[in-house]
Amino acid sequence: MRNLKRQLLAGPYILWMAGFILLPVLMILYYAFTATGGNFTFLNVSSITFSVHLKALVLSLKLGLICTVICLALSYPLAMILNSMKAKSQGFIVFIFILPMWMNFMLRILAWRMLLSNNGIINSLLGTFGLPGIDILNTPTAVVFCMVYDFLPFMILPIYNAMSRIQPDIIEAARDLGAGSLIIFFKIIVPLTMSGVVSGIIMVFVPALTSFAVSDLLGGGKVLLIGNVIEQAFMQEYNWNLGSGLSFVLMIFVIASMALMNSRGDENGTGVW
Amino acid sequence: MLRKSAQRIYLFLIFLFLYLPIVVLIVLSFNNSKSKVLWGGFTLDWYKKLFSNSAIMEAFSTTVFISLASAVIATLLGTLAALGIDAMKKRGQAVMLGATNIPLLNADIVTGISMMLLFVRFTRLGISTVLIAHITFNIPYVILNVLPKLKQSSRTAYEAALDLGAAPLYAFRKIIWPQILPGVLSGFLMAMTMSLDDFSVTYFTKGAGINTLSTMIYTEMRKGIRPEMYALSTLLFLIALILLLFMNFGPTARKEARP
Amino acid sequence: MSKKLIDLTHISKSFDGQMILDDLNLYIRENEFLTLLGPSGCGKTTTLRIIGGFETPDQGSVMFDGRDITNLPPNQRQLNTVFQKYALFPHMSIAENIAFGLKIRKKSKTYIDDKIKYALRLVNLEGFEKRSIESLSGGQQQRIAIARAIVNEPKVLLLDEPLGALDLKLRQDMQYELIRLKNELGITFVYVTHDQEEALTMSDTIVVMNQGYIQQIGTPQDIYNEPVNAFVADFIGESNIINGLMLKDRLVQILDVKFSCVDEGFGCNVPVDVVIRPEDVELVSPEQGMLEGHVVSLIFKGVHWETEVLSNGFEWLVHTTQMHPVGAHVGIRVDPFNIQIMNKPESNDEKAVESHA
Repeated sequence: MRNLKRQLLAGPYILWMAGFILLPVLMILYYAFTATGGNFTFLNVSSITFSVHLKALVLSLKLGLICTVICLALSYPLAMILNSMKAKSQGFIVFIFILPMWMNFMLRILAWRMLLSNNGIINSLLGTFGLPGIDILNTPTAVVFCMVYDFLPFMILPIYNAMSRIQPDIIEAARDLGAGSLIIFFKIIVPLTMSGVVSGIIMVFVPALTSFAVSDLLGGGKVLLIGNVIEQAFMQEYNWNLGSGLSFVLMIFVIASMALMNSRGDENGTGVW
Repeated sequence: MLRKSAQRIYLFLIFLFLYLPIVVLIVLSFNNSKSKVLWGGFTLDWYKKLFSNSAIMEAFSTTVFISLASAVIATLLGTLAALGIDAMKKRGQAVMLGATNIPLLNADIVTGISMMLLFVRFTRLGISTVLIAHITFNIPYVILNVLPKLKQSSRTAYEAALDLGAAPLYAFRKIIWPQILPGVLSGFLMAMTMSLDDFSVTYFTKGAGINTLSTMIYTEMRKGIRPEMYALSTLLFLIALILLLFMNFGPTARKEARP
Repeated sequence: MSKKLIDLTHISKSFDGQMILDDLNLYIRENEFLTLLGPSGCGKTTTLRIIGGFETPDQGSVMFDGRDITNLPPNQRQLNTVFQKYALFPHMSIAENIAFGLKIRKKSKTYIDDKIKYALRLVNLEGFEKRSIESLSGGQQQRIAIARAIVNEPKVLLLDEPLGALDLKLRQDMQYELIRLKNELGITFVYVTHDQEEALTMSDTIVVMNQGYIQQIGTPQDIYNEPVNAFVADFIGESNIINGLMLKDRLVQILDVKFSCVDEGFGCNVPVDVVIRPEDVELVSPEQGMLEGHVVSLIFKGVHWETEVLSNGFEWLVHTTQMHPVGAHVGIRVDPFNIQIMNKPESNDEKAVESHA
């Protein structure tokens, strides 16, 4: 009986979730499958095949993928180096690499916009060495640059966590059985950190795929991602049905990418903290 | 030795990549010149301008209010929810945890839009809708911080207290509460930082004329960058640094035993 | 006697400025079951890790079969280790765990399959190939760890407190298993433990270590019956250790009473440690004893009574088959050949013989 009473403590939360998570998602579904008048239609969802929308989606997938691959390539060696450091200093060094993640998202974008601008630091540095300036602001490259900067800690953290969970005697056992560094890396370390890699990929790919602020501010209106199309549908064209329809498609892609990744990782793959 | 120095260089390069933008922002916030490159001498002018800019100061107080209020309410609801979930059977727990993960994993833009649709339908967008939205995405962080502490807390100690004649509420206050308090506090801090950092959800759920710092900077940046922003960045970075230092090395820090 | 297989000479090792091993010399014969025994922090695990190649000594050398392997990495040594916490690979099945070393050596598939079957039969876990690691109990995991090591046909098997995590009954069963395995495989075992009973049961040779120094090397019987100092006596089994004064050859004074003994060569009027095993103390009637005392506590232990007798200010620990109630007035008698005389250690870092007995 007492147990049942205690379960009731979750009641307010359940109501809250029903009202502010479940109901809103149902609203998206409703708008996605109705026309302005309220009649059922597939048009909002199928409009993803319009060339503008399709191009935005493909570009989003492409940039998201590039960003994820770069983050993974940068993070994995970093996690290995961090893990090999002395336990005493490790906590602090990891802290240093996580810290930028907690600076306001907008300010991180601001910083890159300033660094990459034509009369910004990077170009004047190149100039002093007599090198030609790079004009990457307002290009997809700038967007990817900033996304990598934004999401890199989300890749570092889960991989590092998975790696620090590997007991050192497992590595010693492998060496004892004759394994060299390469075999240890591919047969022991990589499989045992797969769960961390999977959650890292999800935590980088999903926000990169769905972002609209980075492309808006660093793409100068020239880099149109699916997030921008949706944002414009709501905030500029006030076409909620179209926006909801495209959001629905985006949700499908998010869920699909998670399902794809989770089927490759093990159960406790998600959750970083 | 060669390997060690290669590792050092790699760490340093990533470190540079992560901190160069922040350092440049901080340096420029004291630069007595509008140039992004040339050093025109030390000044605190941008900080003065920042504090006399009523729009930024209003956005700042809104941000502080939203993040504090949403963190407090989310901590309350989340802690209660964690207690309830802990009392559930395995299957109920799995369902609840699955549901809790949805807002964590869902795309911010979808979370924001879906709530905007709801709010516009039934009420008007304003500061209260932003608050509700922030509470919603904050609760999971509280639950995920409190629940592990509950699982670790000793059930036998609680039962021993009952056995020794303590009423359930008294036993909770004296036995369970001290054990989960670190989780509650770190959940609160995490909720606050998440709320401070949020842009997308706020962007879609705020009414006209209401701005948090994130949405404010967004609008400003579309017009151009003013040096007050550098001053603002420096201050926000300091705030994040202090919060995070407190979370990691303060009294609530999770002590991870490494073999 | 068989030949020396491993020879450690002048090994020193310190961690963070703290000396763990100091000028250690030890050799291990082919086919021997050698146990490194000592309290935690005595350097036994470090010694094993130096043999395994997981640590490099600061000084000294490790010879294996006449070849210097001091700086050889573990994956190139002809020995395998059974780790304290098993260290099985959690992402692999049992068969994959066992096959790990063989695959690295590029053995054929049929060879590997045969070896897996053979090893599982050897550790009494036939048919477990496809099972996952988590589905096994601690004792079963330990057997797999042993199987994984022995399929590689190492010349030496290193075992680091392999039974430490098991409960008492299982531990005893596994002790017999290990002895059987050792005999069937005919290879050298180097075993680390802090459990003296385990060491006495299984070993051919016991090396007692303390604070980085070897205290005594010998057969289980030697170590138990003829401990060279009070530390060994106290560590191996229970003992009465009493301050004594060696009056002359074959006469020692304990608790103001003269006892005859069999030891010689200590000099005259030299302070010594006197060690007497509790089962070597006889309780007799007061008038027959060399010392008189009162029983102060009595515990029934099954095979014997553990009796404590207070006599001349010393509490004697006595194992008897007869019951003497608390408060009883008794006499104490010890046969001369059951009295062990030992030199007092000069310092805490007592250094003892380093030669094979």
